[in-house]
Amino acid sequence: MSTVKTTPEVREGWDGAAAASPSARARKRLTSPGASIAAVVIAVLWTLPTFGLLLSSFRPEEDIKGNGWWNWFTDPELTLESYNEVLFGSTTQLSTYVVNSVVITVPSVVIPVVLALLAAYAFAWMKFPFRNTLFVAVFALQIVPIQVALIPLLQIFVDTGLNGTFWPLWIAHSVFALPLAVYLLHNFMSDIPAELVEAARVDGAGHVKIFRAIMLPLVLPAIAAFGVFQFLWVWNDLLVALTFAGSTSDVAPLTARIAELVGTRGTEWHLLSAGAFVSMLVPVIVFVTMQRFFVRGLLAGSVKG
Amino acid sequence: MVKSNARRGVVAASGVVGLSLVLAACGGSDDEGGGGTTDAADVDCTPFEKYTEEYGDLEGTEVTIYSTITPPEDQTHIESYVGFEECTGVDVVYESSDEFEAQLQVRIQGGNPPDIAYLPQPGLLRTIVQDTGAPVPAPPGVEANVDKYFSPDWKQYGTVDGTFYAAPLGSNVKSFVWYSPTAFESNGYEVPETWDDMMALSDQIVQDGGVPWCQGIASGDATGWPATDFIEDIVLRTAGPEVYDQWYRHEIPFNDPRIVDAVNQAGEILKNPDYVNGGFGDVSSIATTDVNQAGLPILEEQCYLHRAASFYAPNWPEGTEIAEDGDVFAFYLPSINPEHGNPVLGAGEFTVAFDDRPEVMAFQEYVSSAEWANTKAELGGWVSANNGVDLANYQDPISRLSAELLQDKEAVFRFDASDLMPGDVGAGSFWTGMVDWITGASTEEVLTQIEDNWPE
Repeated sequence: MSTVKTTPEVREGWDGAAAASPSARARKRLTSPGASIAAVVIAVLWTLPTFGLLLSSFRPEEDIKGNGWWNWFTDPELTLESYNEVLFGSTTQLSTYVVNSVVITVPSVVIPVVLALLAAYAFAWMKFPFRNTLFVAVFALQIVPIQVALIPLLQIFVDTGLNGTFWPLWIAHSVFALPLAVYLLHNFMSDIPAELVEAARVDGAGHVKIFRAIMLPLVLPAIAAFGVFQFLWVWNDLLVALTFAGSTSDVAPLTARIAELVGTRGTEWHLLSAGAFVSMLVPVIVFVTMQRFFVRGLLAGSVKG
Repeated sequence: MVKSNARRGVVAASGVVGLSLVLAACGGSDDEGGGGTTDAADVDCTPFEKYTEEYGDLEGTEVTIYSTITPPEDQTHIESYVGFEECTGVDVVYESSDEFEAQLQVRIQGGNPPDIAYLPQPGLLRTIVQDTGAPVPAPPGVEANVDKYFSPDWKQYGTVDGTFYAAPLGSNVKSFVWYSPTAFESNGYEVPETWDDMMALSDQIVQDGGVPWCQGIASGDATGWPATDFIEDIVLRTAGPEVYDQWYRHEIPFNDPRIVDAVNQAGEILKNPDYVNGGFGDVSSIATTDVNQAGLPILEEQCYLHRAASFYAPNWPEGTEIAEDGDVFAFYLPSINPEHGNPVLGAGEFTVAFDDRPEVMAFQEYVSSAEWANTKAELGGWVSANNGVDLANYQDPISRLSAELLQDKEAVFRFDASDLMPGDVGAGSFWTGMVDWITGASTEEVLTQIEDNWPE
């Protein structure tokens, strides 16, 4: 939905003068009443399941198990019972898992961003032997599926005695994020006009100064965009967490708890809708507050040919 | 004796230390401690002395458990270990996951197996032993307990290639038909004792204008499994336990005529448009009805009979009285051929150890004992095939009825065949085949297809 809003703004700057250009025509068509209605219909259709999920999360257990959420309109009854059970039903407080999730997620975002920024700068602006080969090698690592690396990684963590702490999660998430992060940030950085960098160099700036004064401010949207991506990925991750952290409350994230909500034989599945919204809360806040960067970053990346 | 007294002193002392730590954590108020329920002195440590005598001082050690039993059912498990923990000083760390089957293998291969895993399927035990060799054979104390308290059938399921690994833990009974005693009473129906009685009752319900049966086999990516249980129950009753064993071992083809007959007999109920599917629709609605919902129309008298396991009990809405004279209860699915006795179909978990540290062996021995099983039974909602459990200790009527069947010397117990077959069949083509069968495919067609799919 945010793209719908932003796209015309971007186009405005381009087509202001040439009224008959193809882009202007496209713009006209896209803002016609018919297109608006279509957009609204699509938006409603896409939101409907989420709305149904939200409504379900407030319905009593018998209603959820008995019939679909649309029956709420004929039999309106709301309760916080499911939320109560999700938040306070376990002997381990849910806040423990929320804290674990935050502790897992924040370093898992910060570490790859910091490392990738440095690597991207080197690949984009420093000359060293085998630069392109190395860059392709790093990029190629993206192809390695996460699943094939799980068991060897676990062996390493067990051998080094790191298992059972947060370290395996931080390391694993960082490792898996780095290829894409390096590639993405490298493209942003090499996009920056060489004149800027040369001007800075003439003024006596070294690599550190250039990195801090020129690169960081200019690639901020890219950092934010990748940060949001990585945040959502780590926050919603269950596979890596189950493998390296298990489901004990010491290090287990929120997703591990949500996955267990249904009970041993799936009898408690009515709690899932409430659980989904509880776990959604933090990512939604992050996304809403950072979506401006997110959209800008996405577009900026796509311009590079 | 002197030695053991000294031990007891140590244990008592450590109990006091532990208690004072608890008190300190609570704020140190003496009044609070006096009324506290975690008072170490409340636990009678006499039954636990044998573990410290046999395995030495276990103070400060840790045993990790990995299990499929997730919250909220895990609570009673954790509670049942408290006595052992307080008296031996072993810290039992319980962990469970819905992804158990996959994660256990990952952990074993990653060199990080739990000390003890609760395996839900003997087939998985076989796979793990043959593929990884990671499990350690059960210590003599465990084997002695199993010999004493469990039938040879159960021991057999924990044995791979002649080596005994896994002691049975909990069990459940699948040969049940749920019904509503109140509805039966108001309509003048009797609980059937034979198969023919049950069919006559079904016909009578049809004549009275009702729909006798309601079933559902939808269960996410495991859709079809409830029907496999139904079929297995009938195979046990018409073909008998010997044929059943040959069947799951693939010593006879999957589409053996005797199996075809059994499936057809199940079809007399499941594929009879007059008999099913009360509260949901026609025969094919069985395939789309969620297994956890399938019995609920009984409460509305939209159907009267629902074949499901003992663990269907938690699905009844809160406030439903589960008792012989309550809102719902279950009767034993009657036998068909008296030659084959009273077969009981069931399943259960097995404890398998991946380490032979003394505390691990001590714990595995403890959970195979009658003392533990009695403690666990008192906490409710759980059944064991352990003969040492006093039936009076089961807290709810359905658990007690299940335990009676499991302890019955006359009954012929068989483990769920789909858990014993290779995964490609037991958790694959058998499930999907049942969906095809319910939605219209012929018995021969489906069974032949499963037979063709049997891995070499």
